[in-house]
Amino acid sequence: MDAIVHFFQYIPLDQLLIQTVNGIVTGMILALVASGLTLIFGIMDVVNFAHGELFMLGAYIGVIVLTATGSFWLALIVASLVVAILGAALQVVTLRPLLGRDPLNTILATFGISLVLQNFALWQFGPVSRKINEPITSHFILFYLEYPWYRILITALSAAIIGGLWLFLKYGKYGVWIRATTQDRVMAQAMGIPVPWVHTGVFALGAGMAAASGVLFGPLVGVNPTMGLDWVLKAFIVVVIGGMGNLGGSVAAAIFISLLESYASIWVSPAQAVIVSFVVLILTLLFRPTGLFVPTPK
Amino acid sequence: MTKRPNTTYWIAFSIVIALLIVAPLVLPEFWRRFLTEILIWGLLAMSSDLLIGYTGMISFGHSAFFGLGMYGAAAAILLVSPPNLWLAILFGLAGAASVALFVAYFSTRLRDIYFAITTLIFSQIFYVIIFTWTTVTGGENGLIFSQPQFSIPFIYSVRFTSTTLHWFVLAVVTGSYLILRRVTQSPFGMVLQSIRENEPRTRAIGYAVERYKIVSVMLSGLFAGLSGVLYAIQNKFAAPDFVYFLTSGDTVIFNVMGGIGTLVGPIVGAGFFQLLRELLSRIFGDQFPYLIPLGAVFIVMIIFLPQGLLGFAKRWLNR
Repeated sequence: MDAIVHFFQYIPLDQLLIQTVNGIVTGMILALVASGLTLIFGIMDVVNFAHGELFMLGAYIGVIVLTATGSFWLALIVASLVVAILGAALQVVTLRPLLGRDPLNTILATFGISLVLQNFALWQFGPVSRKINEPITSHFILFYLEYPWYRILITALSAAIIGGLWLFLKYGKYGVWIRATTQDRVMAQAMGIPVPWVHTGVFALGAGMAAASGVLFGPLVGVNPTMGLDWVLKAFIVVVIGGMGNLGGSVAAAIFISLLESYASIWVSPAQAVIVSFVVLILTLLFRPTGLFVPTPK
Repeated sequence: MTKRPNTTYWIAFSIVIALLIVAPLVLPEFWRRFLTEILIWGLLAMSSDLLIGYTGMISFGHSAFFGLGMYGAAAAILLVSPPNLWLAILFGLAGAASVALFVAYFSTRLRDIYFAITTLIFSQIFYVIIFTWTTVTGGENGLIFSQPQFSIPFIYSVRFTSTTLHWFVLAVVTGSYLILRRVTQSPFGMVLQSIRENEPRTRAIGYAVERYKIVSVMLSGLFAGLSGVLYAIQNKFAAPDFVYFLTSGDTVIFNVMGGIGTLVGPIVGAGFFQLLRELLSRIFGDQFPYLIPLGAVFIVMIIFLPQGLLGFAKRWLNR
């Protein structure tokens, strides 16, 4: 009993607050990755295994454009566009022929894509981490830490992109197409919506979002060819916990998971903190396999 | 389902086995080891075929079973002296079985894609544990040990040569194949296939679908663990790399390339994959990113040749 009291008395409050900020920052990036994943899943029942590789490729293109032009914002836009076009091409070449087949085929196909992309990056850029310089270098004081404004900026930017996506889905003409296709593919087709192109467009959109988060996140950790798998795993966990195909749930789950991992890393190493999110996943599967952040099915 | 002419099958079976028995006597050392390795990878792929091809669940977490088989064998060899082959197998199987029970219990609550994702995440959990628990598992460096001798308890004991090891592996793989074949043709196997075809209906008929799934995952994990033990014995080490996701990915690739739902197909796929890889690295050098062309071949096969090499050959022969 004494040990427990002792434990709670010595939770460092300042660290807790710092980790809360950290958790929200990574949570928003993760939400950006996961919302692309869940969008793609919701509309075409495709679990995009290559999502992490699109994230990684976006970061690399960001590095290239940044060294060529020196402008971070240009790098962000170019990387998103290039990866979006690449995503559209990949969807047309590999996923469209699989339309109407068992969805398990698509998970295999995207797994193949991820293999090719990852090894391409390893071959082209080598195993050594590259660095993206932060566009804003100023700091503010958070307790004893100098906390970079850039992290706050990426949080806001991610939130803006996700918010924009939400507005687009709700009010945009093509957004309505996307929602209609999600609800009933056959009916949407009958109403004159070009469903195959909606699929391609959504895949491109998701890919572009993954690339954008790759560039935004690049300055925090550095860019390397295997970063994709870590992120896609986390995004998978988020998507399962948040409820597959549920945008709001994914955002909530992303922040939830990231906060938990941040708090856990006060006591254990970050590599082991990952286990916390695994445990949350297992508990979710046990007690609420439809997802934590979805309304209870009637 | 029509009954196949059994005699043709057994004749073909005997010819292949005979060829595999003779092979190490003819092949040079490198290819002998290569062939043994293909058989081991083939066993891993075959175990996963029980899930992919028969129960209709894609496992992206077979590296966990394989790895635990490896570490189980390592534990037996390092803890007991002199190292005992059968104890290594027993420990490896126990390790794989405990992991398989854990994975099966949780992941079979989910279907299709969710199953694939959760198995992947489970294998990553075990990877993280093995990678960070340095005092027990050796962390990144893994464990190195000496090869146990082949023994018949109290009677006979002899060192493995690459040829006798090949025969031993061949015997284990053949035995596993026959057991798995029997399982898939048994009433139990029929229920698994009906789960693949139509799960709600299978449940409606009155089968406890979850229980069947758990047993099939465990069975699959057990044989995957066995292949891990064999690999550990052949290479005399256990390393966390083999628990990593890439091993699971390779397993799935072997299956798709060879032909799912055939048991033999995955072995063919493993052979095809390893041969292509060897060929590519001989032509273009060691640094060549062989997974780029192999990944492309993999995607093309999913789109145009979903029944795999063996299925393709079968259809071509029947024409």
